[in-house]
Amino acid sequence: MNNVFVYCEIEDGQVAEVSQELLTKGRTLANELNCQLEAIAIGYQLDAIADQVIPYGVDTLYLADDNRLYPYQTLPHASIIVKLFEEEKPQVALMGASSIGRDLGPRVSSALHSGLTADCTSLVIGEHYDKKTDTKYNNLLYQIRPAFGGNIIATIINPDCRPQMATVREGVMRKNILDPKYKGKTVKLDVSKYVSDTDFVVEIIERHIEKSKLNIKGAPIIVAGGYGVGSKENFQLLHELAEVLGGEVGASRAAVDAGYVEHERQIGQTGLTVRPKLYIACGISGQIQHRAGMEQSAQIIAINTDPEAPINSIADYVITGDIATIIPKMIKYYKKNTK
Amino acid sequence: MKAYKIIVLAKQVPDTRNVGKDAMKADGTVNRAVLPAIFNPEDLNALEQALRIKDQFPGTTVKILTMGPGRAADIIREGLFRGADGGILLTDRAFAGSDTLATSYALGQALKKIGKVDLVIAGRQAIDGDTAQVGPQVAEKLKMLQVTYVEEVKELKNDTIVVKRRLDRGVETVKCKLPLVITVNGTAPECRARNAKLLMTYKRAKTVTELQKENEDYTTLYNDRPELNIPEWTVNDIETDASQLGLTGSPTKVKSIENVVLQAKDSKIISDSDSDIENMMIELITSHTIG
Repeated sequence: MNNVFVYCEIEDGQVAEVSQELLTKGRTLANELNCQLEAIAIGYQLDAIADQVIPYGVDTLYLADDNRLYPYQTLPHASIIVKLFEEEKPQVALMGASSIGRDLGPRVSSALHSGLTADCTSLVIGEHYDKKTDTKYNNLLYQIRPAFGGNIIATIINPDCRPQMATVREGVMRKNILDPKYKGKTVKLDVSKYVSDTDFVVEIIERHIEKSKLNIKGAPIIVAGGYGVGSKENFQLLHELAEVLGGEVGASRAAVDAGYVEHERQIGQTGLTVRPKLYIACGISGQIQHRAGMEQSAQIIAINTDPEAPINSIADYVITGDIATIIPKMIKYYKKNTK
Repeated sequence: MKAYKIIVLAKQVPDTRNVGKDAMKADGTVNRAVLPAIFNPEDLNALEQALRIKDQFPGTTVKILTMGPGRAADIIREGLFRGADGGILLTDRAFAGSDTLATSYALGQALKKIGKVDLVIAGRQAIDGDTAQVGPQVAEKLKMLQVTYVEEVKELKNDTIVVKRRLDRGVETVKCKLPLVITVNGTAPECRARNAKLLMTYKRAKTVTELQKENEDYTTLYNDRPELNIPEWTVNDIETDASQLGLTGSPTKVKSIENVVLQAKDSKIISDSDSDIENMMIELITSHTIG
C-alpha cells in the first residue's frame, strides 16, 4: 500500500530499456518517500523477468502471465492495472512514454480518476501549500515538463488524487542496477480474476517491431540538423561529417516534420535523449524540447546563421555561418590533423 | 452499403511551432493573443480519415466536436469547407482550466448527448500539450474500445474495421468491431484542401454568439438554411457533475511555471574562416573528443 509502482513493458521476453530506467528512478523516489518499490509485468512466459527486474531494488514484482496477454493490448492490460492499483493503492505510478505507456496511461488514469502527466523530463519529491484551502501537502511528486511549445517549464502536481501518474521517455532517466542479489518477492496474479473475456476484442493480424537499426543513443558523436538545414539534400552534408567522425546523424522535430530525415533520428522531449561526447547542432534554433534531449552532451558545437539562436547559449563553440561552407571545412581539417 | 455516423474530435490550438519573440509577456507568461490559432494538425489527419470513409460509404455523416472559446467555431467552419457535415462547439467558462481528464469528461458527456455513433476519430495529440491523453481518456469515459496511432484504415465492412497502427519501432495491423475510438497519427495522409463550392456554401456558417455580434440581420437566411447554424452547447446542454468540470475536476494542478531562461555557457564564438575551424578541430582532437 502507498508504494511506488512501475509498469514494465515487455518485448520478446525482455524488459524495455525505458522500464529499467524508470525502475531506477522509482527506487530513488521510494527511498525518499520511505516506501517500497513495486513493479508489474504483464505478458506471456515471464519466468525470466524477475531476474531482470528485482536487481533494480524492486521489493514486490507482480506477474500477470497468460498467453493472451502478449503482445500488448489496451483493454486487458488496463483492466489488470486498474484492479491491481485499486487493491494496492500506490501513491506514485510510472510508465514509459512509449507507444504502450501513452496508450495505457491515460486509460488507467481515467478509470481511477487520477492525474497523469505525459513526457516528464524530471521527477522530484516536494511539498505544496494550497492557499485557498489552507492545506499543506508533503511528499508530492513534482512532475516537471516543458509545455506550450517549450516556452515554459511547468511543474505539475496531483495534490488529492492517487496514484500520481507520470510517463517518461526512453533515455531521460539513467538506468542503474542497485544490487544483483536484491531480495524482492514475486507475486503471480490469478489472471482470470483481473481480466474478463470481453477485454479480448482486438485481433492482432500482423505486427512488425524492428530492432532499431540506428544506434543514435550509443553514438559518441552526433551531428544533428534542424529546420535550418533547409532540405533533404543538404542533410547529406551532415551524413558525410558523421561518417568521417564516426558518429550518427540526429535531427530536431522540425527537421523530421519537414521530411528531411526519418523519425527514428528525432532528438528531444518527444524523441531520443542523448548524451554524446560531442553534439554538433546544425541549423537548430534550440527550442527547449530539443535541448531537453541533448543538453547533457559533454561538448556542443552550434552552427547557425542566426547569431541569436537560443542553442548558442548552451554551446561550447558557436559558429555563425552557413553549414554548406562550414561542414566541408570541418571534414577537411579533421582529415588533415588526424593523419 | 452501410453508412456510418462519425464524430471527429478536434481542437483549436495556438501555433506553437511558430513562436516569435513577442509570444512571451514581460511577466513570463505566454501571450496567447499574438499566436495564430490553428486547427490542430493531427486532428486534420483525423478529419481526412473520416472523410475517406464518407467518400467510400455514401450517407455517412462526419461531424466535428470541439471544446473551446467562441473563436474555436473557426475550426468547425474549416471542417465544413473540407467536407464535414456539421459540428458542435462545446463552450462554457465552466470548462476553463480543464486538464486532460476534465476535458475528456466534458467531451464524453457531449458524446453521450450526441448518442450512438460508429466511430469517434481524433488526432493522436495536440501541439500545445503533446500529451496524447484525451483520445484514450474519452474512450474510457464512454467505455469504448480505443485504437491509437492509426495511420490507415485498411478495411471497413459492416461493423468490422481493420487498421494499421504506427508504433515507436514498427507497425501493427489490428481488426476489431465498431463502435470504436480511433486516434490518428501525424504520419497518416494529410487532410484534403478546402473545396471552393463548400467554402461558398458554408462561409456564413455561424454560432448564435457570432450572429449576435453581427450588425446585419440574417434571420431569414438562417431560417432558410439551418445547416448554417453551428450549435453551441454550454454546460447546461449536457448532463454534468460540477465536481468533474474545469479546474475543480482536474486532478493535475500547475504548481509553477518557469519561463525558460537560458544560462549562458562560456561559449567560444568563432567565425567560419579556415583558421578558426582548423583551430577548433585541433582542440577537439587534442582533448580526445574526436579522433
